[in-house]
Amino acid sequence: MEFFYSIFDGVALESVLSPLLKGTSVELLVPLLKGTVVTIWITLFGSIAMTVTGIAIGLMKLSAFWPVRYIAIGYIEFFRGTSLIVQMFIWFFVLPTFGLEMPAFIVGVLAVGMNVGGYFAEVVRSAVQSVPKGQYEASIALNLPNASRMRRIILPQAIRLMLPPWGNLLIELLKGTAIVSLITLHDLTFEATSLNNANFQTLQNLGTALLLYYILGRFVIIPIVRALERRFNRGISRSAA
Amino acid sequence: MEGLWNWGFVWQTLPILLEGVVVTIQISVLSYLLALVLGLVLALLRRNPRFWISRPTGEIVEFIRSTPLLVQIFFIFYVGPQFGVTIHPWVAGILALGIHYGTYTSEVYRAGLEGVIKGQWEAAIALNLSKYHTYRDIVLPQAIPPIIPTLGNYLIGIFKETPLLSVITIAELLTRAKDVASDHFRFTEPYIMVGVIFLVLSIPASYFVNWSERRFKRGYGRK
Amino acid sequence: MELMVRFEKVTKRYGSLVVLDALDLDVAPNEKVSIIGPSGSGKTTVLRMLMTLERIDDGVIYVDGEPLTHMPKNGTMAPASEKYLRKVRGKIGMVFQHFNLFPHMSAVKNCMEGPIRVLGLKRDEAYSRAEDLLGMVGLADKKNHYPAQLSGGQQQRVAIARALAMRPKVMLFDEVTSALDPEVIGEVLEVIRALSREHHLTMLMVTHQMGFAKEFSDRVCFFYEGKIAEQGPPDQLFGAPKNERTQQFLSAVLDAG
Repeated sequence: MEFFYSIFDGVALESVLSPLLKGTSVELLVPLLKGTVVTIWITLFGSIAMTVTGIAIGLMKLSAFWPVRYIAIGYIEFFRGTSLIVQMFIWFFVLPTFGLEMPAFIVGVLAVGMNVGGYFAEVVRSAVQSVPKGQYEASIALNLPNASRMRRIILPQAIRLMLPPWGNLLIELLKGTAIVSLITLHDLTFEATSLNNANFQTLQNLGTALLLYYILGRFVIIPIVRALERRFNRGISRSAA
Repeated sequence: MEGLWNWGFVWQTLPILLEGVVVTIQISVLSYLLALVLGLVLALLRRNPRFWISRPTGEIVEFIRSTPLLVQIFFIFYVGPQFGVTIHPWVAGILALGIHYGTYTSEVYRAGLEGVIKGQWEAAIALNLSKYHTYRDIVLPQAIPPIIPTLGNYLIGIFKETPLLSVITIAELLTRAKDVASDHFRFTEPYIMVGVIFLVLSIPASYFVNWSERRFKRGYGRK
Repeated sequence: MELMVRFEKVTKRYGSLVVLDALDLDVAPNEKVSIIGPSGSGKTTVLRMLMTLERIDDGVIYVDGEPLTHMPKNGTMAPASEKYLRKVRGKIGMVFQHFNLFPHMSAVKNCMEGPIRVLGLKRDEAYSRAEDLLGMVGLADKKNHYPAQLSGGQQQRVAIARALAMRPKVMLFDEVTSALDPEVIGEVLEVIRALSREHHLTMLMVTHQMGFAKEFSDRVCFFYEGKIAEQGPPDQLFGAPKNERTQQFLSAVLDAG
């Protein structure tokens, strides 16, 4: 298990960068970039968690079966009615007493994923409902079975609508990962605040940390989302239905 | 303390937590006021025809909007001491929340301003009104009412994020829960109660905002 | 005789599209000029530039002897600053196709806003001026109504009163009846007719109402592709148009009925 998790911390990166940068003016990048590796992994897994729970809960909210719908509504109300830090503290400190003890990394991923997933669920629901009614009718007319209709006709069109808000929520996810620093994960924020407690160069330490988050958001996440948007908009003419 | 859930502990803890709620509400309101004012200022700056005012403002707003509030809180709290200036935790907390949410509200104000028909601006020019009076008498009275529900949502947002201020020793709700929990070596009841208190306060508030949004859209008589 | 409005080689471009092409236009004080022509010919742009709603690309516009689009600076002419514009803009008033009344103010408040904020009138002075003007356009009993409670024709008449409250020397009318239902067009035209008879006002009107243009104008200008193709007294332009384009346009308009 230890080895498994060592893939996801930045120790390897640190051992490469440390000899290179030690003693230079950008020495602070070593711990910060080490933490960034953890942040990236949490964001990556968190985005999978967010997408999966968002789609599941979103579709559940559209169910004709009212118990399913109410579970979805309860989920959304809970995850949107409390903030991420409160949720994360409950997962990390309270769940173990009920027998559910998980490594901090998993807690972090699930907490941010399920939190932002609650917001994504509304996006999914709205996108699926925005697909023009004619599409449902046409697929019924073509006698497509229910699941197939969902999968091949409705979802692809809903995905196109979901992508821009999904991109925005990814940024929210990235911002949310900072909170895992409070449950002992050595992410970018943790490294930045630790460094700051040592040398109190707040402007440099935390300023650079903010810059790194900004770069991750604007120059990594946004371009990826734009590329996905372009791919999913391929062949769709602007005029259309 | 024994057991999975101890109701005695709950009632014992509740008064302490409620004191924290008062602090939470005070900080929320003060931060929100800052966010409201700052948002309008930022929105107006971004509409300034001089690009050397509007572009930098836009970049700064984007930067603050897309980076974690938690890091900004640490930044504002510790950057003062770095240069010899001590900042009271409340000031740092209110500044951090107010500035961060000011960038959100500035987007809302921009949308509101965009929503005012171009003809209104032109009529104001035709009457030779000054920029100040154009905004004060003509544009803002039309821009703001439709965005009030969205602005209201941000008050709820600030309220929910105040627990982040526990990291800079402000004695709000989560801090008190942490203290109680560490005093008694028991996390379950305090943290769950924090969650419940937030739910009890924020869910009705959200419904109120949504209800008022529907009422606003109906009653204003916008074409 | 001093000219009230003078366009001197005025050019306006939108990107590569030339909307006004080195336009020369003179308007005498108290003259009533109608501007007609196909859409895209630049006629609305003439009014908008006079009202400083659009920036000039080339040339100069003068109003009442003073430059409007440029200001004297260090001995030469520089593009007018916002401060300078506010000084000279007051001579011009405009009524818009879509009225542009302030929806959150009553009719009388709409008419008071300019005089109080710009002319510095006291509240009660502005109120009585607004009352008089609303009476003049036949809406004294509707002075406390809000625009949403008024018909299109009534709103447009309030808009005229609002513009007049500023005591402009030049009044601009930009297709003021185009957005109105046919049955209320007459009441607006009647107000304009009375205005032209009873007041010393220079008036420029962009319109599709050929009958009214013929009756009301001292001169009619036919615009085509950013230039004045033909202009003259209404009898001459409507009765015996010299320019081929004018003829085409007029016959097309008459066909439409």
